[in-house]
Amino acid sequence: MIRWLAGLIGFGVAATSALAADPVTIGVGYLAIAGTRSTLSLVEQPAENDGVAGARLAIEDNNTTGKFTGQRFTLEERRIREDEDVAQAATALAEKNGFIIADLPADALLKVADALRDRGTLVFNAGATDERLRETDCRANVIHTAPTRAMLADALGQYLVWKKWSRWLLVVGSHDEDRLFADAIRRTAARFGAKIVQERTFEDKGGARRTDSGVTQIQRQIPVFTQQAPAYDVLVAADESEVFGAYLPYRTWDPRPVAGSAGLVPRSWDASQDQWGAIQMQNRFVKLNSRRMTALDMQAWTAVRMIGEATSRTNSGEVKKVTDFIKGPDFSVAAFKGTRLTLRDWNLQLRQPILLVDGRLVVSVSPQEGFLHQVSELDTLGYDRPESKCKLK
Amino acid sequence: MFRAALLAALALAAAPAHAFIAYVSNEKSNTVSVIDTDSWTVTKTIKVGQRPRGIDFTRDGKFVMVAVGDDDTIQVIDAKTQSVVDSLPSGPDPELFAQDAAGKTLYVANENDNTVTVIDLEKRARLGDIQVGVEPEGMTISPDGKTLINTSETTNMAHFIDTATRQIVANVLVDARPRFAEYKHDSSEVWVSSEIGGTVSIIDPNKHEVIGKVTFEIPGLRKEAIQPVGIGMTKDDKTAFVALGPANRIAVVDVASRKVTKFLLVGQRVWHMAFTPDEKYLLTTNGVSNDVSVIDVAAQKVIKTIQVGELPWGIAIAP
Repeated sequence: MIRWLAGLIGFGVAATSALAADPVTIGVGYLAIAGTRSTLSLVEQPAENDGVAGARLAIEDNNTTGKFTGQRFTLEERRIREDEDVAQAATALAEKNGFIIADLPADALLKVADALRDRGTLVFNAGATDERLRETDCRANVIHTAPTRAMLADALGQYLVWKKWSRWLLVVGSHDEDRLFADAIRRTAARFGAKIVQERTFEDKGGARRTDSGVTQIQRQIPVFTQQAPAYDVLVAADESEVFGAYLPYRTWDPRPVAGSAGLVPRSWDASQDQWGAIQMQNRFVKLNSRRMTALDMQAWTAVRMIGEATSRTNSGEVKKVTDFIKGPDFSVAAFKGTRLTLRDWNLQLRQPILLVDGRLVVSVSPQEGFLHQVSELDTLGYDRPESKCKLK
Repeated sequence: MFRAALLAALALAAAPAHAFIAYVSNEKSNTVSVIDTDSWTVTKTIKVGQRPRGIDFTRDGKFVMVAVGDDDTIQVIDAKTQSVVDSLPSGPDPELFAQDAAGKTLYVANENDNTVTVIDLEKRARLGDIQVGVEPEGMTISPDGKTLINTSETTNMAHFIDTATRQIVANVLVDARPRFAEYKHDSSEVWVSSEIGGTVSIIDPNKHEVIGKVTFEIPGLRKEAIQPVGIGMTKDDKTAFVALGPANRIAVVDVASRKVTKFLLVGQRVWHMAFTPDEKYLLTTNGVSNDVSVIDVAAQKVIKTIQVGELPWGIAIAP
């Protein structure tokens, strides 16, 4: 509040007429499950505020613009325990917030969407990559800023095919989400003419991700696990559960690159992305949060910026009006990816370029040159309109 | 004899009336390339600070100012010795700047902290800051010097600032990621390019309203590749040239009808441009292909390509 007042005084009454009136308040809620998952690599361990930190930056960005449009954005964060009723939490959050950014697993997200449907609250799925949320389980009140597994797999596959690394050894983890990512990779291989020469499953036998003498054993296990494979160009790993992926690079029996869940990884965003003016936002993010920006942060940032973009274009904080504009044909948002991002109107998925990163730099950005499409080249990533099973309701 | 005379005549016809000097900032090589417009060659490469982008001459033509964003300053090059002689106290990450008609005051867009910094050019001292939207970039001053326009890339506005009071008097919403602003010489319109929106908004500077838009359609090219950035307008206000970034083209726009009459193929990712003072030629910086295209303005044809440093970005030509 003090900050807002200071802004007002700074600009004086000479600024836009909208300032004469009280600013319109636009409430944004952030709903996620408490706690973070464990990763194999300590440097990739997500921060407690992974995701919401991006939303916070976008709220600041929106408020800078809001000074000129007479709009003020607020963020209310709610973290629930696994055993809590997510629908109830969402309903409480929706009391003051017409927009909710959700980082939730698919089932929880659907519960939230259905609980809020009659209130007219607009939900942004910033976290879940599940295809079904955009296909058979799609909802008219859920916009997806997170890419899907198929988009990520296609982005990677286009690059591998461009590189002429078309023989893939697919290694799949033993958890459901690993299998879903493997499904997406198989679909990509079939679409772009790559060949999966063999599939192997890496069983999760439990155990700690961090041990005092882990490296020695891994160095022996991984070569054995990957030996006697048919001739292949690249090992593609599907390990969303963080059980083995990061152990693969440099340890395979044959000297081959690794991609997928380790090595060359497809992501919506990366801390190293500095093209297309991104450096300014990366700097703002570090200044605000004292750490670097992740893909989840970006997906939440984009969701809040979409709200800000629509409120400034419609000059309104009314949820219905803003929602209609976001879903309408004239909406687009700039998100430092070199092109405008728009929504697929058939399932409300945000079209976006996908970065291929190696942990230090952006190696490439898909769609790759030569993958053509009659509407938008971004639609060469993921399920396209004719394949879609979504009926929005 | 006749042959010699003919040759002499040809040589005379081919030679421009004046040779001009163009300065090109190379964003990646951290250099400024100096081009002689008589021979169309690079005559010198000047080492400057990190990430040089915005570049312009002082009004007296004696110095070239270049914003070196990653060094958080604007360096001053002596046009006579062609070497860096001084630096100006800009704010963090300066990108583009504008100066008043007298050449006394410089306004700098600082992308990193949402401000425009005001600098006294004679004293080379910082006079103050003006708070604007997120990621300020494009800068231009009205011909009468009374209004400064700044565009902010994430706020998507053109901010109209009274240069006397340094207060914002109006904010005009334009399409996504506005990067460059240019006044018509008769002050009747301001043209603002939107890189991601893919348009040029035409603003009435008195009513502070968007009164028209220039759109671009290139057969066979996807919409997303059309990303307008730099704008150049002829002194008679009849023709505008708009750089279309990764579309690798300059659009020639009839200012009266606001329609594109021609697309000129230049180098890759064309950013900015500058006319020679006689307006015979227009030079464009092509970021990805590391070159400068020379356009014959009257013929509306690309006549030459000059290799410069890596990722050429801005360009200024001696008055």
